[in-house]
Amino acid sequence: MNMNRVFSIVLLLALASSVMMVCTPEKDKQAFVLCNTCPPGFELTDDNTCKLRTLYQQYESGNGNERGVGGLKTALPTVRDGFTPQQIDLGRYLFFDPALSKDGTISCASCHQPDKGFSDGLKTGVGIHQASLKRASPTLWNVAFYKKFFWDSRAVSLEDQMAGPLFSEEEMGTTREQLLETINGIEAYRQLFKQAFPKRQADEIQLEEIYTSIAAFESSLISLNSRYDQYAHGYPDALSKAELEGLNIFRSFVARCAECHTPPLFTNQQIAVIGLGEPDDRPLDPGAQTVFNEASMRGGFKVPSLRNITHTAPYSHSGKFDSLRDMVKFYTQGRGHAVPAGEKLHIHWHIWEPQLTDVEVDRLVDFLATLSDESFKPKVPEQVPSGLLPTSVELKQKVITQLKQ
Amino acid sequence: MKALKLIIPILIFFAVGIYCGKLFFGRGSDVAAPVPSYFSQQAGDGDSTGIAAGTVTGKIHTVKEGSSIQEAVGKANPGDLIRIYPGVYHETVYIDKDNITLQGVIENGEWPVLDGEKKMNDAVLYSGNGILIENLKITNYKGNAIMGQAGNNYVIRNNWIVDTGVYGIFPQYGKNGLVERNILSGIEDAAIYIGMCDNVDVRFNEVYGNVAGIEIENSRHALVEFNYAHDNTGGILAFLTPGLPIKTCYDVIIRSNYIINNNTKNFGAVGSTVSHIPKGTGILVMAADDVTIENNFISGNDNAGITITDYGYAGVDHASDPESEPNSDRITVLNNFMSNNGNNPIDDIKALMVTKLSKLGPDVIAVGGGEGSCIVNPGAYRTFGVDKFANCQATDTRTVVTYLLDKPVAPRATTLDEKGKMTYYAVCSGCHAYNSRLIGPPINAIQALYKNNPQGIIDYITNPVHKREDYPEMPPQSYLTEEARKAVAEYVLTLEK
Repeated sequence: MNMNRVFSIVLLLALASSVMMVCTPEKDKQAFVLCNTCPPGFELTDDNTCKLRTLYQQYESGNGNERGVGGLKTALPTVRDGFTPQQIDLGRYLFFDPALSKDGTISCASCHQPDKGFSDGLKTGVGIHQASLKRASPTLWNVAFYKKFFWDSRAVSLEDQMAGPLFSEEEMGTTREQLLETINGIEAYRQLFKQAFPKRQADEIQLEEIYTSIAAFESSLISLNSRYDQYAHGYPDALSKAELEGLNIFRSFVARCAECHTPPLFTNQQIAVIGLGEPDDRPLDPGAQTVFNEASMRGGFKVPSLRNITHTAPYSHSGKFDSLRDMVKFYTQGRGHAVPAGEKLHIHWHIWEPQLTDVEVDRLVDFLATLSDESFKPKVPEQVPSGLLPTSVELKQKVITQLKQ
Repeated sequence: MKALKLIIPILIFFAVGIYCGKLFFGRGSDVAAPVPSYFSQQAGDGDSTGIAAGTVTGKIHTVKEGSSIQEAVGKANPGDLIRIYPGVYHETVYIDKDNITLQGVIENGEWPVLDGEKKMNDAVLYSGNGILIENLKITNYKGNAIMGQAGNNYVIRNNWIVDTGVYGIFPQYGKNGLVERNILSGIEDAAIYIGMCDNVDVRFNEVYGNVAGIEIENSRHALVEFNYAHDNTGGILAFLTPGLPIKTCYDVIIRSNYIINNNTKNFGAVGSTVSHIPKGTGILVMAADDVTIENNFISGNDNAGITITDYGYAGVDHASDPESEPNSDRITVLNNFMSNNGNNPIDDIKALMVTKLSKLGPDVIAVGGGEGSCIVNPGAYRTFGVDKFANCQATDTRTVVTYLLDKPVAPRATTLDEKGKMTYYAVCSGCHAYNSRLIGPPINAIQALYKNNPQGIIDYITNPVHKREDYPEMPPQSYLTEEARKAVAEYVLTLEK
């Protein structure tokens, strides 16, 4: 490299760092300034909104672009985007801020940790006061494409969904009144909400604004650039021979994985009764039966996406399976083998006796690992407006250590 | 006698097919491949002119016994033709690219045979658009002979499929497809299974000795015509199955088929929907809407000629789906030839026979809910449960020549600029922002270095070298297609924020 080159690089870097660019607020410990650019994956439009751009937008869905299910080169379901960069960044602070819980001990990120695939590594979630929750914490990757939320599909929007854990006595334990009072009582938040919602009339922070901001942040968690995706977009060498064999087993009509874990999201977003049963002889979780008041849906749960699946062990709504291999093996151990005695479930027709060999199970696990992509993982803020310690992995570890003692 | 009268034209039909097949494929085998075309009739209005699959614009790859079909697929580019010569091939072929033709070459009656030896799952899997698969004998697989996931504009024809497990031919999530002149037997679910597709014609196929002959499931605009479905458990089915992402099944025409003696004992897998189908089922419409049944020859089906029902039929025990309407609505039964059906129906129907003082089961039976259905000339048949059916206003479906589209489903048009933008945001933006440091250097710095030099960017991202101590080395982006690399290089130089 000649000296001119070096000089120009140094100059350019100096230039770059001096340009107005406010996405690294941690540098400034005194004041919070919201990011004015979109997170990775999003284009900033002229009206200051963030629109998702993905390579899947090259494709037409066989079914009119609506459902987003199909094969390798299939369009995704309609995405929830169009939030402003400021709303997304504000959502990030709220997401990691324990001030959102009743006693300031847990945040959204306690159960949805970026380093654990936005789940928590536990069999089932742990709420306020270490309350053991009924079901596993689901990942948040790609929720922007979902139409239904919770294992039992009881919410139809992110806003609906977040009211669940926020106001559940076992989870974050706060109330609408307390939440508004807390957030309005923090001067930094009052400033930030003004930045994120500049057109509003009211001076007070509104509940809907909190919801919108968190939904904005959650919708920015996009994972669509795995090695599988590289293969899907036309690079044949992205997958090894073993992984390709796994892909073919995955989509074959013997294993039938792709029938419900349908590309490109690797979920068809339907409810399926697969006859999981519960660990430790716990009574059967009725799942969707309760939500839809429909007996035939007893034991039914939403088909989870498999993207980033290697990061979210243990598996299933009850965390019954410690390893991905055990989870995969469930499907070849006999239709209804785990259904508790006395239960008559309407098990999905795709659950059958595929008689997968051990080698086939291994290949499936190989393939599932190709669905990992965390290149757009957001940064945990170093500090949050409440002044509390932002929930981070360390904090969570502390809770777990306490639990074990 | 009736059966004989029926069999003779069918024999003639197949004889003509085989003769013409020989004419095309039986000669000097290294003659340049013809563009595949119909071989017993001229292409007419309803033919695959709107599909474009099989339009060979590229190279011809030859596969002979001892070499691998998949290897040829790996080398093939869109527009290429892969000719497979007689011999036995043990493999699973997967086609994840567009516009590929797999064409068996039948020589002196010798077929290329894909044999899964009951160890392999599927013979052919495809996800690309414009796939044509023809002239293959496929046997002894566990899952499917031919399964498509999301490929549009597909043609699957003249394949001879014997016991390939769960399904024979199974296009799924595809729009605009043709399945014709295939012969399938020994399948434990549906021999031809059209699942969650749109605009498909299924014609001139023979299906026998399967649990289900032809099944149209959660699909829209399907024409099932001129097929010979005999000796299955059930002949031709139109289903709306709950719990699938596609919530409707409608505009299905079942027309001019021979549906004969579908009395084979049900050997479907436990838990499958079709395992509940009573043997002796001619046509079964379950929860589908706007189905027209016209001009079929339906005879010798011991349970019932035509059964119209909701999805709680015969012990089918799906979990219900609030978004899926369970009744068969607006079913139109036009003139059909029906005779000798209902000789040995299931107990539920026998119970109905007692109330009807009938010694035989029905030609047509409707059970469960549903509205808006009609039947022409019901007095000509033994009918159960069609009292609320109106007299049809419609007399025929001749205006529907085909459900194929006039033109192939076009790929989504993406300009180079859009492609560059998508690639930049989908891939590059994880490490680069316009004017700040993420992991890699800011874009404005890159722009200054590579002003008017997109090729420099292409070269660098294809084969990066570690240039700067203060930044980590960039991983190669060679997995992006050449076009995408070019597009993104040019796009990056135009970015302004």
